[in-house]
Amino acid sequence: MEAATVAIIIASSTPLVFAALGETLTEKSGVVNLSLDGSMLLSAMTGFASAYLSGSVEIGLCVAMFTSATVASVVAFAGIKLRLNQIAVGLVLTYFATKASALFGGDFVRKPGPSIQKMSIPGLEEIPFVGEAVFQQNPLVYLSIVLGFVLFVFMFKTRRGLDLHAIGDRPEAAFSRGINVNLQRYVYTILGGALVGLGGAAFSLDAKMGWSDGHIANYGWIALAIVIFGGWHPLRAMFGCYLFGLIQVSALELQPVLPDLAQVLPIAPFPLMIVALVFINLRVVHSVTDRLGSIGSLIRGRAPSGLGESFWPD
Amino acid sequence: MFVRNDLLFLGLGILVPVCASMLVFLFVDAPPLRATELFFEGAFGSSQRMGDTLMIWVPLLLASSALIITFSAGMWNIGIEGQIIAGAVAASFVAREFEASTPVVLTAMIVAGLIGGMIWGGLAGLLRVRGGVNEIFGGLGLNFVATGLVVYLIMGPWSRRGIASTGGTEPFRPQAWFPTLDGLRVSPLSVLLAIGVLILVLWFLSRTSYGLRLRATGKNPLAASRFGIRTDAYLLLSFLLAGGVAGLAGVTQAAAVYHRLVPSISGGYGFLAILIVLLAGFRGQWILPIALFFAAVSMASFQWQLQLGLHSSLGGVIQGILVLSVLLLSGYRAISYMRKPISEEGDA
Repeated sequence: MEAATVAIIIASSTPLVFAALGETLTEKSGVVNLSLDGSMLLSAMTGFASAYLSGSVEIGLCVAMFTSATVASVVAFAGIKLRLNQIAVGLVLTYFATKASALFGGDFVRKPGPSIQKMSIPGLEEIPFVGEAVFQQNPLVYLSIVLGFVLFVFMFKTRRGLDLHAIGDRPEAAFSRGINVNLQRYVYTILGGALVGLGGAAFSLDAKMGWSDGHIANYGWIALAIVIFGGWHPLRAMFGCYLFGLIQVSALELQPVLPDLAQVLPIAPFPLMIVALVFINLRVVHSVTDRLGSIGSLIRGRAPSGLGESFWPD
Repeated sequence: MFVRNDLLFLGLGILVPVCASMLVFLFVDAPPLRATELFFEGAFGSSQRMGDTLMIWVPLLLASSALIITFSAGMWNIGIEGQIIAGAVAASFVAREFEASTPVVLTAMIVAGLIGGMIWGGLAGLLRVRGGVNEIFGGLGLNFVATGLVVYLIMGPWSRRGIASTGGTEPFRPQAWFPTLDGLRVSPLSVLLAIGVLILVLWFLSRTSYGLRLRATGKNPLAASRFGIRTDAYLLLSFLLAGGVAGLAGVTQAAAVYHRLVPSISGGYGFLAILIVLLAGFRGQWILPIALFFAAVSMASFQWQLQLGLHSSLGGVIQGILVLSVLLLSGYRAISYMRKPISEEGDA
């Protein structure tokens, strides 16, 4: 594969990386924010609209993060405080945010707007292959990669990360050790939501420049699937995003080869990603990965035990 | 005390969405009163419009009936869109391949749609029961596959002579159209079918032992299996039945609305039906009026677009606000009654 192709895969997967990392953080704390597909659309729209109106990409990114964090805070409030079913709330918000993005984004459809500029990293860009593939991108791409590693270190090498595992897995135990479970769940849900918003803006300000109705529909669902595929592990989630990017690029390359399927191929990566999910969940595969020890645990992960359940201290 | 609180929440449940909708109207520069007027005119203003509202009501009713079954079994059937499409594809196959009198063709289409939907629903059920794949993602994947299948059929083997366009297939022979009354686009047959299916589903769930065991599986799978209920089989059954009913929505969309197969044959009604069932609080008798209201809002959306130049998604925003505020209010109501913590059943 050529370095240029790898660069395209990395660049086009970046929005998904943000969304999948954000949702991984949220779900690790025990909250499911199922509104991703809608909140990414809405934040892509608000991000593009505010960047278009202000002329500043930075303002666009901030507004997008705020938008998605607001949606996430509704999920958190309804799930934690009101003890509503998080899936129900998430689905309703998905519908609402999707429709709202179309309604309020009407004035910005197919307008040329500002976008994030490329910024090669001096020195590193000279490295053969890797330089062209990774270090001639825009700042958002670097940020997404750094963020993946930062989250990895945070989750597995720090005290707070340990707390995060505890509030998602055994909220009662975490509570009895003096952790304010619900406060932390609020924080991680809203932080995760902000990252999802960054993903939305990464679409409208970079990967799929601009805004039109539903132009990134279904990517939120893919991000949610990648969180499961990644076994709630930030680096594996990143890998899942790049895998999806690879499938997408291959599907487009295949279009001239299989003209009969030209119309279907762009849709193909979506079910394929779900097939991958099915595969790692198959009992046959389980029986193999279970015997592989630590390597096996790299292939399949376990959902936080308290996922989607509200916790009430007496 | 109880009564007063209930009335308070009922009042809020009506007041909050109405006020929020008015705010949305103001935000998009639409006069709220004129928009409200257009809502009634657009949805019920003439017999044609009433008929058109019923035309949207039918797939919503069928999809909601399907969802009631899977919800009763504790499942989130997001694959409903794919099941509608599968039913439409199967019915379109019959309409294209079989030449016979109208009653025979329509019966065959209904049976085919039922089977097509059951296959798609059954696949999601199998993925869940045998593959250990969460039904939300299994269903989503199957939605994508169904969409791909329809686009492939319309652009490929079933394309119109000469021009392959995403507009849809060649219209069916008139024998494969649901009969209509003069001047109306809605077919009374499809309305009867939808109401009949809803009644049948509610009867099945509340009056048969199979329905009871299915609901037991949804309420508490562990207790149900201790009681000797084969919960896996009942989960699968719920998906098969729901798929079949959703497939019928595909049949009416193909045979009574479009008279051909189009890419957007499911029209997003499956997803909208999830909101309807949530708003009905999983209680079947509420589905009839709520689905009618949602259909009316969808109809009004066309009028708002035509007369006030508003985006067609305005109706969707209002539907979303309504369900969201009622959901949040019900949460408030529940915690205001509860003093003792009750662990909620949640799955993801």
